[in-house]
Amino acid sequence: MSAIGIGAAVRRKEDQRFITGRGHYTDDINRPGQAAIYFIRSPHAHARIKTINKSAAAGMPGVAGIFTGTEFAQDKLGNLICGWTVLSKDGSPMKMAPHAALAAGKANHVGDAVAVVIADTLAQAKDAAEKVKVEYEVLAAVVDPAKAAANGAPLIHEVAPNNTIYNWHLGDPAATDAAFRNASHVTALEFVNNRLVPNAMEPRAALAEYDAASGSLTLWNASQNPHVARLVISAFVGMAPENKLRVVAPDVGGGFGSKIFIYPEEVVCLWAARKLNRPVKWTAERSESFITDAHGRDHVTKAQMAFDGEGKIVGLKVHTIANLGAYMSTFSSAVPTFLYATLLSGQYEIPHIYCEVDAVYTNTVPVDAYRGAGRPEAAYVVERLVEVSARELGIDPAVLREKNFVKKFPYQTSVASLYDAGDFNASLQKALQIHDYKGFAKRRRESERNGKLRGIGFASYIEACGVAPSSLVGQLGAGVGLWESAEVRVNPTGSVEVLTGCHAHGQGHETTFAQLVADRLGIAIDQVNVLHGDTDIVQFGMGTYGSRSGAVGMSAIVKALDKVEAKAKKIAAHLLEAAEADIVFKDGKFTVAGTDKSAAWGEVALGAYVAHKFPTSEIEPGLKESSFYDPTNFTFPAGCHICEVEVDPDTGEAAVVGWTAVDDFGTVVNPMIVEGQVHGGVAQGVGQALLEHTVYDDKGQLITGSYMDYAMPRADNLPDFKVDMTVTRCPSNPLGIKGCGEAGAIAAPAAVMNAVTDALGTEAIDMPATPASVWAALQRTNKLPRAA
Amino acid sequence: MAAVSLTVNGKPVTADVDSRTLLVQLLREQLRLTGTHVGCDTSQCGACVVHVNGRAVKSCTILALQLEGANVLTIEGLAPADGPLHPMQEAFRENHGLQCGYCTPGMIMTAVDMVRRKGHDLDDHTIREELEGNICRCTGYHNIVKAIAAGARAMRHGATAAAAE
Repeated sequence: MSAIGIGAAVRRKEDQRFITGRGHYTDDINRPGQAAIYFIRSPHAHARIKTINKSAAAGMPGVAGIFTGTEFAQDKLGNLICGWTVLSKDGSPMKMAPHAALAAGKANHVGDAVAVVIADTLAQAKDAAEKVKVEYEVLAAVVDPAKAAANGAPLIHEVAPNNTIYNWHLGDPAATDAAFRNASHVTALEFVNNRLVPNAMEPRAALAEYDAASGSLTLWNASQNPHVARLVISAFVGMAPENKLRVVAPDVGGGFGSKIFIYPEEVVCLWAARKLNRPVKWTAERSESFITDAHGRDHVTKAQMAFDGEGKIVGLKVHTIANLGAYMSTFSSAVPTFLYATLLSGQYEIPHIYCEVDAVYTNTVPVDAYRGAGRPEAAYVVERLVEVSARELGIDPAVLREKNFVKKFPYQTSVASLYDAGDFNASLQKALQIHDYKGFAKRRRESERNGKLRGIGFASYIEACGVAPSSLVGQLGAGVGLWESAEVRVNPTGSVEVLTGCHAHGQGHETTFAQLVADRLGIAIDQVNVLHGDTDIVQFGMGTYGSRSGAVGMSAIVKALDKVEAKAKKIAAHLLEAAEADIVFKDGKFTVAGTDKSAAWGEVALGAYVAHKFPTSEIEPGLKESSFYDPTNFTFPAGCHICEVEVDPDTGEAAVVGWTAVDDFGTVVNPMIVEGQVHGGVAQGVGQALLEHTVYDDKGQLITGSYMDYAMPRADNLPDFKVDMTVTRCPSNPLGIKGCGEAGAIAAPAAVMNAVTDALGTEAIDMPATPASVWAALQRTNKLPRAA
Repeated sequence: MAAVSLTVNGKPVTADVDSRTLLVQLLREQLRLTGTHVGCDTSQCGACVVHVNGRAVKSCTILALQLEGANVLTIEGLAPADGPLHPMQEAFRENHGLQCGYCTPGMIMTAVDMVRRKGHDLDDHTIREELEGNICRCTGYHNIVKAIAAGARAMRHGATAAAAE
């Protein structure tokens, strides 16, 4: 391993601008003549828009325009779309309702935008918005996904009777029923997977500018995938042809899924910028983020796991109701189906699995992918069931897991996933050792002496990353391929620009990708610039989500580097007057094998551009190569997380007092960055399990609409983490990378709740296990520390 | 509109502001010092922390007009533009105490103030308690805690510490 290459904890190149306050996030950018836009949003969850009277506002100071949903509709732009078609059991397509960027006729959730005011300053726009009179006819709302499909529930969209989007399933129901009939033990659980608000610290933002001379639009947007945004806004919304629409995603302050999607605000900003011929900027206030950023999770699930007399799992049945909110967000349909049910085999050999998913509309904010996206929900079902089964069967939960692990690879699960490589027991055993599992009984006694209850919980999770093989996702209904692009541009002096279709919003691609390139070419890491996030610079790409940038994005860079090296060798052969086959490239030097004749990387780069010494009829001048890499399989990161909690029976507070994570991400490029991803993912999972809860009242008002009410994890809610790795290479991509971005958020909720329920001695508690709910559970069970 | 005169990062500044203009709006929109961020609207997240007369203040929670004659230090002024980094900045980089970078300026300004109030030997428990007013969604705080402990120690010897204050 070199000091900068794969496996080296190189400090991040991007940090210099962030630690000195010189990042460029969307709201930091200003354009001449820029106006501010304010969105007038429905205060009702479900309401007919009767009239909008803007006369009192129109003459207010600074006002440049006031537009309603009706006026937006007159321009006949297309709707926002969900780009992944899921079919119901009967073969009928999902019921996708129209989603206009500005609601006309009816608002379907609190926060649905019905009109906009554009003014010289934001304060003026807000002042004028107060004078816009919107008259609503309030309709009955439905909020609870379990009640959305009931007869008599308020109907949200005409196209979706019973508010049902699809009734989907996966697996063989008859074979699964048969397995249950022959089982000697069945564990049954019901879960609510609580709705979460993503809360990237940078609120979403959009700045749109129209250039009348060229007829083109530019959008600066806090986006995880600017090219997909451009494609949707061009091809589906019809705002402008792709070649007349540039999307720039500059520094983006966290995403966690929420900035994948194409939202109404960027569409309206573009529309208004052209209409007024002046730049228009919108930045969400946090309270706006709460009622407009796509939320995550929100499942109601009943599940059963069946065992034979030897403690082997023989079957799994799952029924889930997935709340997709008021509209289908960009990838919402895929999350509770292909990203969920396909992972229900967990790390185990489960011969028969049957999963049904009913997706429903409710009068709530749309729900879509949030860190893990379907896989945390699957891991929660499987890992809670396994842990509870172990308790019911009287088997050590580590032993029951080991007994059921998939041990031979490749392994074809009964829910379509083909696990290609792994060593699940290696992660478990390493975690047990690092965590000092054997010492738990002693630590528990110690806690009890102090009047506390202590619990331990496991999560042996698996996920599917590296999204995704294009033809496979095409068969499953995706509207796009999920390959990635790369371009390696060598400058005449030998420095390099790497263009990637991935997008970094905290992941450190500028460093990690540069490590790969610098190590391969034998140049300094400062000689490599990684460029991303601008559709005028990078030709096309699919962006960053689903832990795909390493496995897919870096694979594309490897392919481009292969081509660069091949061409550079041809040129070196001419410079060195040797046969191409004799050229060896190593440590930044081209050498003629068996001789001391050599040319440095920079000499060959310069030679490629001056083009004096090779026949340009055979070899084109220049040194620039691109590639499109399409993965051949998903990747399957997996690992074992162990959580230990201490519960104060007086206050109900469950404090996380120990965390061990042992993950198998395949090849690790920068362990410092990878460990950071684990820390952050676990924090979000602990947040889900203990703190974060999105609460609507039955009228559809969001009760937890700010950081006063929605408990974000703070530093004092979290422990130090022990993070370690095991490594089995991913066989399907050139670097052997599986991906690491979501693992913590996938493992943590189950690990925490397994620990909390272990401490409490009852399974009857849902996330988040707040002090109030833990205290209430203890009153029901009357469990007290033995020594207390 | 009314005029307010103050010192920002060592330079005298006079600005015309609305009576409702917040310090963070003055910094970001008029002075174009965009390193100070806004992450919430309830004074919870701490992305906007700057120093006013040497003390950490959430700049979303103070009106610009309250700052007549005040000395304001933002992340841009913590270290000279082309000089060495402040030890706390360096500690955040060295310990990977940031990912997306959005909460980072506020974290660093809070951390420097923490050292002023609590000294150079900060234990993890103290750091975690003191970060109650700063939210990070990326790092899980693990490396921020490490960075602040290391930065606090380094500030004992830091030549540039509080250079502009």
